[in-house]
Amino acid sequence: MVTVKFFAQLRDAVGTDSLQIAAADLEQVYAQLQQSLDSEAWEQLRQDNVRVAVNQNIVNTNPALCHGDEVAFLPPVTGG
Amino acid sequence: MVIQQHDFDVAKIYDTMRNQAGSDAGAIVTFVGLVRDRNAIAGDGSTVSTLTLEHYPGMTEKSIASIIDEAQQRWPVPWVNVVHRVGEMQPSEQIVLVMVGSAHRDAAFAAAEFIMDYLKTKAVLWKRELSEAGERWLESTDQDAERSKNWQQN
Repeated sequence: MVTVKFFAQLRDAVGTDSLQIAAADLEQVYAQLQQSLDSEAWEQLRQDNVRVAVNQNIVNTNPALCHGDEVAFLPPVTGG
Repeated sequence: MVIQQHDFDVAKIYDTMRNQAGSDAGAIVTFVGLVRDRNAIAGDGSTVSTLTLEHYPGMTEKSIASIIDEAQQRWPVPWVNVVHRVGEMQPSEQIVLVMVGSAHRDAAFAAAEFIMDYLKTKAVLWKRELSEAGERWLESTDQDAERSKNWQQN
């Protein structure tokens, strides 16, 4: 199982801040989310400006995932 | 660098840096960001009552540490401190502190500005604003993006 986390407007859209998902890589996380999320939340998640982190490092590929890994969906950030 | 919910005391942080730097420092630049009561981004001027900052523990700290690292690679600024608050804040409250110490003021001014510009666009933080117009998540402005881009070219 991997932990999938959602932040800010993505958490609002998904309706929870984290989910436990059985997945061997990031593509499988997407496949499961596509099935379980409503279409509006799914569309928000797939927007170009959403970044994905695995164990707190931004990824641009389809990394293999191990039990206990943490996948996070990050909408556009702003601080200061 | 610290992420915290509670307010910070600028004088204490300044004293700490002054003691650390000793007589090697010729300048300490301090920037404090405050919560404004008007929304400037949407341009509708609606009155803001609460600003909520959300973070991703661990990754937020890492993102700010890497901004500080980059500043220290660009300028001779041995002393840098950033305090960023998270949670709920009301207008006029302190939200962020950037303090930079250097032998000379030009490096300290430049590094402080660089760090603030990057905090606006690269720090892993999210802002939600509650105003008369309702609740909304904020994004960095085009102006913020432009300022960050300018640093990448220089």
